[in-house]
Amino acid sequence: MNEGFIELDQATLCYARSETPAVVDISLSVPSGGCVALVGPSGCGKSSVLRLIAGLETVTGGEVRVGGVEAGSARGSVGVAFQKSTMLDWRTVLDNVLLPLEVVAGRAGFRVHRREYRERALALLERLGLGEYAHRYPWEMSGGMQQRASLCRALIHEPDLLLLDEPFAALDAFTREDLWGLVQSIWRERRPTTVLVTHDLREAVYLADTVYVFSKGPGRIVHREDIDLPRPRTVEGTFDPAFVEYVQRLRGHIVQVREADTDKAAVDKESAHV
Amino acid sequence: MSDWLLSRRVLPWLVTLATFLLWEGLVHAFSIQSFILPPPSLVASTLAAQWEPIFEHSLQTLMTTLVGLALAVGFGVGLGLAVGASERVYSGLYPLLVAFNSIPKVALVPILVIWFGIGTVPAILTAFLISFFPIVVNIATGLATVEPELNDLMRSLGANRLTVLQKVGLPRTLPYFFAALKVAVTLAFVGSVISETVAANAGVGYMMMVAGSRFEVPLVFAGLVVVGAMGIVLYQIFEWLERRLTFWAARG
Repeated sequence: MNEGFIELDQATLCYARSETPAVVDISLSVPSGGCVALVGPSGCGKSSVLRLIAGLETVTGGEVRVGGVEAGSARGSVGVAFQKSTMLDWRTVLDNVLLPLEVVAGRAGFRVHRREYRERALALLERLGLGEYAHRYPWEMSGGMQQRASLCRALIHEPDLLLLDEPFAALDAFTREDLWGLVQSIWRERRPTTVLVTHDLREAVYLADTVYVFSKGPGRIVHREDIDLPRPRTVEGTFDPAFVEYVQRLRGHIVQVREADTDKAAVDKESAHV
Repeated sequence: MSDWLLSRRVLPWLVTLATFLLWEGLVHAFSIQSFILPPPSLVASTLAAQWEPIFEHSLQTLMTTLVGLALAVGFGVGLGLAVGASERVYSGLYPLLVAFNSIPKVALVPILVIWFGIGTVPAILTAFLISFFPIVVNIATGLATVEPELNDLMRSLGANRLTVLQKVGLPRTLPYFFAALKVAVTLAFVGSVISETVAANAGVGYMMMVAGSRFEVPLVFAGLVVVGAMGIVLYQIFEWLERRLTFWAARG
């Protein structure tokens, strides 16, 4: 079997100050250019998996490989976007978007390619509907626009790996659906290997080839669902029976996970009484 | 006249003037003698009559204060960065720093005089010692409260610590730095004038001490007014710089 671009083999992560591990025995594989979504209740460790893939955390057990090497050892080709847009308020939107290029190309390299980079950034901003905001400051824009800028920043250096940690969670439903379409079209063009963490099941089914459902305390993968729907997917398509069926099935798994969690909590409480 | 113009340009002068008028009125109403509390008019005429020595002493105090403040900025920023960047430096140094800051700096002046003799050096050092603490604390706070996502973003791009500091830490800390600077500049004046009062042969503090011993109370008050005025001017300069450099922190 071919090795995927991202390979997690029984990855376990324990944070230093916590007794229970955040995630246990996570094994998953994402082919190069694929897109997977991680879903599950809050606190199930899906963000921890993302941090492992980004190389921000080191596994306590098992292995995480990205592009054939240990995660984190080949950085610079990673794009990340979080729920908070985390713009640098002292930079204009354009300079915010250029930040990854400054870091990856280094001071000298950036200076040489400055003009080309600027044009690239302006084109990308234009594409995400921020053309006229390039020279404004992030705090002059709405949350949705900041999130678009954050996506530009994640994409500007054309990374092989795109990590999205609930980037649309704080946005209104319409903006969110717009951005699904934009992310999908850019993904189809450049095909970065993408991992999306979300708690929105429609979002997961819309964007991903494969959806992994996580359980809680510690985080484990309890279900894997391959989404066999034609692309490009559309907002109208989210009301098709096939789409809805996927969402319902995933929802069923999450409900199970949550019930199991509540039962466990009840048992714990009872045994504490005895 | 717009509200803005009224509150920004006119009100400060108006309130200051009213305070002086009230002071003047009280002195005359209760016939307070000028060696107890001189009226502002007498302070003003003293300032005008003796402007030359006052100017020289003020220049000395200003120089002393600025050198002390510059030392405090250099040392404070350096230490603040270390404390803010490293949990270990923080835990190790904080008790010592807090203890040191609790010491009344005037108590250190005699020691400084023993070490460096009477003159400018103890005044500079007192200004430095009294004003570096807020800078350390604010720089450390600014650096320690950088959003974790920003650090994650930079690290995922493969940035080393120096780059993170340069691109994120320092610019983000700038508003904290200016907040500290505005506190530090007023404290630095307190330090230099106190030291001059205890042991010096020049400076506004020294001038006030000598004038006080001769019961030339209007001259003492003239010294106070000059120190206050210098404080306001420096504060304004820093505020102007702050508005220019960290406008983004005020969010429009």
